[in-house]
Amino acid sequence: MSEGIIKSARLVDNSIVDIRVTNGKISELSNKISGEVLYDAQQNLILPGLVDLHTHLREPGREDSETVLTGSTAAVRGGYTAISPMANTLPVADTAGVVEQVFSLGIEAALCDVFPIGAVTQGLAGKQLSEIVAMNNSKANVKIFSDDGKCVSDPLLMRRALEYVKTFDGIIAQHAQDPRLTENAQMNEGVVSARLGLSGWPAVAEEAIIARDILLAEHVGSRLHICHLTTAGGVELVRFAKSRGVRVSAEVTPHHLLLTEDLIHGYDPIYKVNPPLRTEMDVLALRQGLADGTIDIVATDHAPHPAEDKDCEWQAAAFGMLGLETALSVVIKAMSDFNNFSWKEVSEVMSINPARIAGYTNHGQEIKPGSAANLAIIDTSNYWRVDRNRLASKSKNTPFDQMELPAVIKATIFNGTLVYGGAN
Amino acid sequence: MKHLLSIADLSKDEAVTILDTAAELSKITEGPMKKLPTLRGRTVVNLFFEDSTRTRISFESAAKRLSADVINFNAKGSSVSKGESLKDTAQTLQAMGADAVIIRHGASGAAARLADSGWIAASVINAGDGTHEHPTQALLDAYTIRNHFAKSEKDLNGLQIAIVGDILHSRVARSNVLLLSKLGAKVTLIAPPTLIPVGAQTWGVNIDYDFNKSLNKFDVVMMLRIQSERMKDSYFPSEREYSRGYGLDQRRLQMLKPGAIVMHPGPMNRGLEISADSADSSQSVILEQVANGVLIRMSVLYTLLGGAI
Repeated sequence: MSEGIIKSARLVDNSIVDIRVTNGKISELSNKISGEVLYDAQQNLILPGLVDLHTHLREPGREDSETVLTGSTAAVRGGYTAISPMANTLPVADTAGVVEQVFSLGIEAALCDVFPIGAVTQGLAGKQLSEIVAMNNSKANVKIFSDDGKCVSDPLLMRRALEYVKTFDGIIAQHAQDPRLTENAQMNEGVVSARLGLSGWPAVAEEAIIARDILLAEHVGSRLHICHLTTAGGVELVRFAKSRGVRVSAEVTPHHLLLTEDLIHGYDPIYKVNPPLRTEMDVLALRQGLADGTIDIVATDHAPHPAEDKDCEWQAAAFGMLGLETALSVVIKAMSDFNNFSWKEVSEVMSINPARIAGYTNHGQEIKPGSAANLAIIDTSNYWRVDRNRLASKSKNTPFDQMELPAVIKATIFNGTLVYGGAN
Repeated sequence: MKHLLSIADLSKDEAVTILDTAAELSKITEGPMKKLPTLRGRTVVNLFFEDSTRTRISFESAAKRLSADVINFNAKGSSVSKGESLKDTAQTLQAMGADAVIIRHGASGAAARLADSGWIAASVINAGDGTHEHPTQALLDAYTIRNHFAKSEKDLNGLQIAIVGDILHSRVARSNVLLLSKLGAKVTLIAPPTLIPVGAQTWGVNIDYDFNKSLNKFDVVMMLRIQSERMKDSYFPSEREYSRGYGLDQRRLQMLKPGAIVMHPGPMNRGLEISADSADSSQSVILEQVANGVLIRMSVLYTLLGGAI
């Protein structure tokens, strides 16, 4: 039997408790517990470990930019205890074999849970469904399917996918991007793209797919998840869908909550991401949507790329930004104007809601006896400076380099084991 | 001023200085000694990732008239087409001691990346980057317009200038909108709505879809090259329909105000955006533009490399 005490942890209601962890579960919460100390939280905040439903780990295929191990290391440094790698690896995670490989690499890394997302269509080609049930029945027990990076643009195929996953109450997570409206698209279409001469990625290309998929999900009664919402119009559509009782959930990334297209004026590809950075108005609508519950979760879309894919001209550069190690701090910074968005709400959008949506039952649980000891400990009063050269990720493409951010992750505990956080 | 990347980086005074310097150089090169020693011993590289013989030759003769050593690096068919990155190409040129790199590239912002990424120390001159800008073209256009309408003036105050055609994909249009507006002209963009960028409403110019309306108010009509491939992407239905709506034909030429000039950055599609009789008419200043291109590029090289003005 393994046992340890987390000393002096502060809960979201500001009470200070000692927490006994036994065999990976919380066994006791009390004012004072004696025993071997697992971690002395020194009155720092404790939250259920964060849960990411949108991660790119690049393994198998592009181990030069990230592996399951390095990505898991980045995750626990960001306070995550569960991450969900997307299917756009090489080979694509469109068979039971590939999702089981990724799943077992996660078990080997043993830093956090790695729950793979399966491809909706074979090879992400948008032509034919993958063996979805086989992936669900595999050891990886996949419940979320997505062609992320590409949109399931064929309406009939999308309808079939939505229907097909009903056998196990699965979810289709849609990367909403009409391919014809975004051919060769480089950045948000608007005032800045007009000036810079970069091909536009119009908001309507996202919103048209969201609107269509909401109607499809309503028609067949299936669960739809909208990946990385970026536009004010998209927020309105999700709000409308929820008011009609459609089974839709939506995510927003930390970078879309903080950054705008105005950063692109110097053509630095560090700001190149898909979907693109939008306008100030969109950013404000996303924050409002997250605060009022229209947007259910924050997901990182952590997208590592090797240096040469960003150290080039804009058009030649890869889309994507790192996210795992900065997500919590960026969300705190972005949401600082909302008085009713406190640490309780942060734990909802970054842990409780994603765990509930994905059915990760050992995550996002209330901190009480019986819950799994998947926890993050956070210094809420100090700031830290992001240094791209000191990240755990194998890649360095963070747009937040040298930014001073609030909230420091002190420790992460996964199944009762301290997986991040120095001795103190 | 170290680089010339975008007209947006130039103040009005700096722009006028480049035009005035070109005028000075024009007087000198008309004299007995066509060649100036200003850039002797300096190396200027023409780094062209897109074919553009006319622009390259214009820069080359400008540099040679200032006595610079010129290296032409045609990136097509070179190591670049074998996958070498812009960064590696740039650093190779740096190692060879380039003082200025004149870059033509298909990607918008390529010149800015070359100048701002710390890859090289040379001055960078943008000779056209994707659909972003072509600043020396705008400067030579402004110079040509000034020669016709405002010889004694510092600016183009009050002149009515139409830019007609594929604004969306035109780096010439973007640079000219910035420069001509900066110099006090009133610019009108004329194109089918499909070829006006979303966001152009903020450019401080008039936008019109009708090329017949108020044709007689313009002092300058600048026609842009239209690529016939555009109709495959449904920007317009056919070459003929485009030409009827937005081509400068004989009928429209006669509707122009007396004394108005016709411009085109070249190369022209005769019979498509401009008819042969318009291109060859007495109002056409297209060949003057070519001649002025060398002067403007001399002026830019002189300004960036030859010392302060």
